Amino acid sequence: MANAPSLAASLNPGTPTDAVARAELSEIDASAKWPVIVFLLSGLAWLLIGTVFALISSIKLHTPEFLGDYEWLTFGRTRTAHLNSVVYGWSTNVAFAVAFWLMARLSRARLRHGGLLIVAACFWNLGVTIGIVGILAGDSTSIEWLEIPPYATPLLFVAYALVGVWAVITFRFRQSEHIYVSQWYLLAALFWFPWLYSVAQIMLIFEPARGTVQALVNWWFAHNVLGLWFTPIGLAAVYYFIPKVLGKPIHSYYLSVLGFWSLAIFYNWAGVHHLIGGPVPAWVISAGIAASLMMVIPVVVTAINHHLTMVGSFSALRYSPTLRFVVFGAVNYTLVSLTGSAMAIRGFNEITHFTHFTVAHAHQGMYAFFTMVMFGAVYYILPRLLLKEWPSATLIRTHFWATAIGITVYWIDLSIGGWIQGTEMNNASIPFIDVVQHTIPWLFVRSVAGIVITIGHLAFAVNVGWMLLARRPAGVTAPTLFHTPPAMPTTVVR
Amino acid sequence: MNRGPLIFLGIFFALAFSWTGVVLTNQIQYGSLTPYYDQNEGKTYPEKPSGQAERGRLVYQDLGCLYCHSQQVRRPGFGADTERGWGDRQSVARDYVYEKRVFLGTMRTGPDLRNIGARQPSADWHYLHLYDPRLTSPGSIMAPFAFLYEYRPILGERSPKALKLPAEYAKLHRLDRPGYELVPTPRAEALVAYLLSLKDTYEFPEAKPYVAPKAGGSGK
Repeated sequence: MANAPSLAASLNPGTPTDAVARAELSEIDASAKWPVIVFLLSGLAWLLIGTVFALISSIKLHTPEFLGDYEWLTFGRTRTAHLNSVVYGWSTNVAFAVAFWLMARLSRARLRHGGLLIVAACFWNLGVTIGIVGILAGDSTSIEWLEIPPYATPLLFVAYALVGVWAVITFRFRQSEHIYVSQWYLLAALFWFPWLYSVAQIMLIFEPARGTVQALVNWWFAHNVLGLWFTPIGLAAVYYFIPKVLGKPIHSYYLSVLGFWSLAIFYNWAGVHHLIGGPVPAWVISAGIAASLMMVIPVVVTAINHHLTMVGSFSALRYSPTLRFVVFGAVNYTLVSLTGSAMAIRGFNEITHFTHFTVAHAHQGMYAFFTMVMFGAVYYILPRLLLKEWPSATLIRTHFWATAIGITVYWIDLSIGGWIQGTEMNNASIPFIDVVQHTIPWLFVRSVAGIVITIGHLAFAVNVGWMLLARRPAGVTAPTLFHTPPAMPTTVVR
Repeated sequence: MNRGPLIFLGIFFALAFSWTGVVLTNQIQYGSLTPYYDQNEGKTYPEKPSGQAERGRLVYQDLGCLYCHSQQVRRPGFGADTERGWGDRQSVARDYVYEKRVFLGTMRTGPDLRNIGARQPSADWHYLHLYDPRLTSPGSIMAPFAFLYEYRPILGERSPKALKLPAEYAKLHRLDRPGYELVPTPRAEALVAYLLSLKDTYEFPEAKPYVAPKAGGSGK
């Protein structure tokens, strides 16, 4: 079954190819409109909910009496509700939205069976909602990254099955013979996630493995959710948007292939480094450390590819919101991955394990890299779906600076605080309560950084809401940029 | 270039590699590890947790204690776990064979709890500490769990488990009404029973307390 020729081509075969291509793209965008918007908006709602839980949890760590009388808001539950709303609510929803849109565009095929995806979105969000309510009510499994209670997970499975069926259909009917590197990452991620998730569910919750085998399964899953689900989708977006916005090809095709396969081979062993020093076989920890160090290869290769594509085009960062967010994310991907490899080295791990350093690292990965790239993607995608421009450049600017400064302060602050905590904890002559007390100033600054990030999220939400409600303008409009470029180049920079 | 099937095979084998290595191999290697029968004492270790401790484990789980407390002692020389008195010996896989859900933990906002039952064997201490951690540990940032307690009129005799609050604290928080007592609910009792059950105070052939070599000695 082949795609019908685009509307423009069928009306007038003499239309210039450039115009045909543009018409084809807008038809693809139109076909993707509702599924992508449903996932994006539900993601945005979860982002705001997750932010509230984040602030509550953060404040509780330096002021433990804050909301201390409510069982459902005790730290162990709000922290868990935060993680699950931002991971399965925000990040996964937005990852789906961006993945579907990229998949349709790169396959040069109109998005078919969008209804399937909307049904999937309903199941997914219902599952996450029941899961978060369950966690607050005390039904958490207390397995890190898998806290959603077992009665909600079947809904997530149904949602994922629908997504999987859809992805296979779309890829099967792609019009483009060439498979761009972004599609490799997307396909791999869509295939890896259900494998990881179902093995973890079975071996930890439905038929739990004995003893510390559980810990190995747990970290095989939890680390791979980052590396084999969120990272590939983040990288797919970076690989698409940097060249797209700049209007030039990626630095090296060969490097992108090398980067992909080395990530695929090394990342999935790395999770065991969360158990260094723990009661699991020493050989598997050593293997995990080796894999974590080997991760330097894909990271450096990908970094060269992303950053060298940017070389010579840094001025575009002045104008394009998408590019600014995506490049901020790409730089942080390089930093967070190299830190991660270092944290797997035994001597380094001895200090950072069990401390806030790890928390800083996790937020650099999930926020400074992944979430920022997704923000950039949304700034590109949403105007093309709604056929409207962003109403306010000031709000975009507020969003960028609040989140960029907020997460940078967060990361530096907790890294230093965590490092001090780790060195002091390893010195038994310092009483434990002093170690705890010395973390409080750093935890306090973290809350302040969290408030700054929240301001950014509110600016984003207001801008999206305003855009949805605004009337669609007649005629051609110009993209919303931070500044007006001196002379607009032929490629539209957004 | 259309290499769809080849790419898919690569993607498949990449994850199959670690699934086999990390998950399957370890499940085969020690997924049916058994408790150890100590012939000298005529008992098997680790001991099975009591029913109440098992219920307490569920309270520990639903309150999310593991996000701040680990349950694993690392070997001497790697971190300062034994120097801090968190355990006489390193934790090993066999210690966990009876645990339906293993709470190794990845964070030490608070201290390790693997041997809290041996380190702090007083139930009264735990009741006070859980009610308001600042009562027993000034400067702590632990969450208070006052919602696991009940302030109620004394019926008949005062409960033996009633909290013995310092007079000043009771007055400040208006918990000094005559004829009233502050008692743990069954969930608090189960949680404390669980905490008291956390002690690896036995030896395995593969896990014995570390004895530091004497200075100048042969090292044996």
